[in-house]
Amino acid sequence: MAMHDAQPRALALVLVIGLAGLAVFPIFGADEKFYMQFLAKVMVMAIFAMSLDLLIGYGGLVSLGHAMYFGLAGYTLMSLTPEYEGASLWISLAAALGVCALAALVVGLLVLRTSGIYFIMVTLAFAQMAYYVVHDSKYLGGSDGKYVYVKPVLSFFGWQPFSLDKLAAFYYVILGTLAGVYFLLRLLLASPFGHVLVGIKANEHRMRSLGFPTFSYKLVAFVIAGVLAGLAGYLAAALDGLVNPELLSWHQSGQALMMVILGGMGTPAGPILGAGALKLLELLLTSWTKHWQLLLGLFIVLVVLVFPNGLASLFGKRKRGGAEHG
Amino acid sequence: MAELLIEARGLHSYYGASHILHGVEISIGRGESLGLMGRNGMGKTTLLKTLLGLVRPRSGEVKVKGVPVTQAPTHRIVRMGIAYVPEGRGIFPNLSVHENLVMTARAGAEGRRDWDYERVLKTFPRLAERLSHGGAQLSGGEQQMLTIGRALLTNPDLLILDEATEGLAPKIAKEIWQIVRVVRASGIATVIVDKNFAAVNAITDRNLILVKGEVVYCGASSDLRSKPEVHQKHLGV
Repeated sequence: MAMHDAQPRALALVLVIGLAGLAVFPIFGADEKFYMQFLAKVMVMAIFAMSLDLLIGYGGLVSLGHAMYFGLAGYTLMSLTPEYEGASLWISLAAALGVCALAALVVGLLVLRTSGIYFIMVTLAFAQMAYYVVHDSKYLGGSDGKYVYVKPVLSFFGWQPFSLDKLAAFYYVILGTLAGVYFLLRLLLASPFGHVLVGIKANEHRMRSLGFPTFSYKLVAFVIAGVLAGLAGYLAAALDGLVNPELLSWHQSGQALMMVILGGMGTPAGPILGAGALKLLELLLTSWTKHWQLLLGLFIVLVVLVFPNGLASLFGKRKRGGAEHG
Repeated sequence: MAELLIEARGLHSYYGASHILHGVEISIGRGESLGLMGRNGMGKTTLLKTLLGLVRPRSGEVKVKGVPVTQAPTHRIVRMGIAYVPEGRGIFPNLSVHENLVMTARAGAEGRRDWDYERVLKTFPRLAERLSHGGAQLSGGEQQMLTIGRALLTNPDLLILDEATEGLAPKIAKEIWQIVRVVRASGIATVIVDKNFAAVNAITDRNLILVKGEVVYCGASSDLRSKPEVHQKHLGV
């Protein structure tokens, strides 16, 4: 049977070209440490934005506290990294994702009882709580944060294929993770679970009267999104070698939200485009003028006005029937 | 009468301060077809929503297959074998026709799998031609077929149709009625709400008329046919 694709072909092409470009960049730009680092960070933010889009674009759950999981994972890595050696990647990653899953489960159990504006406010409140706990805790470095001096060590039973100290190696790990998360999400959304989630966004009552325990579905989505945000946060902390309370701040949540809106909510590739566009523009504008935020703001307003469905809609309309009417 | 699928007593439901249902009693037997009649605003949809737990009655009791479900969550009530086709259809515009259908496919409460994807497509050939279309790109009649098809895929013991032919061209409405007959013949009980009282009466075993949230008439369809004065008084036709 002909399964339709939720993504237009032009967009898929852009993605493949972009991915190929990212893959070959280190070969030509190996000396450009700054740009490699920059692109790695953009990819980390893209993973973070994708995790948020699972909630916003598919589940209709607008969270303004998503940075909480981003930051928690970073702080977990920091806590598990000894002063003069690297933490085991597997152990620290598992711990970071476990902490995020647990936090998302507890927070989700409470916040998913609300909806709409209340949901936005309560997710924000929880993230702010976490922010101030970190901010005011001496052990976690307070407002200055703390360094992660040594990168995590990737080893398979004692064999180390490469060291993450090499930026190029870390770059490819992040690129691979980005591709992995992208395909994982596409798989998830093509599954019955994904259909139920999309149905909940359209009309939760209706899903309930079709026999779906919507709360459990939303909770599972919330935990998955939290874990994926944690994955991004872990990579960010390891890449920068630094954690500070800003990772959990509402600015960070807001930035991911902007990336999702800019790129296109509810499109698999939208958040990646959004992250790329926002970061690239930021880079260009900051080198050009001191008042870059003004121009960036204007750009966002313009995009939202001209392409209400985000940059992803530049590459063809989604084939799925129209908007939220019917 | 055979085992009762739904049995409700003394239902009083409110929307905020407005008292909508005034002690309604309703029962539906296995395989039975019940017409729910009444003018606009008499509480038909509220009654259906109360049975499904979407509206909580302030007093009264609802039993499904003998099990009290008055406080049970909607999804659990529905899983006991009830499929609800809401007024205004209720397809998911952001899912394709195929996805709208397969999403709900499951064995019935008693493990029956009479209705599967292939049978639904055979029953609704128009849908088979539009599998990859988005839900919102269908015509009104097709949307109605999609909702009924989706409901059948849950293999229910009871199908509730709220205003299934509303706003449809007479020819399409006729097709829907034909489908309802097929559903009935397959042994699924039905509750039908529709403005076309004659069509409802022709298809149901029993009818119940609501006026201002009270049951004013309940009797066999053949009986109602011979009582035009009941029609006149309560339904205004």
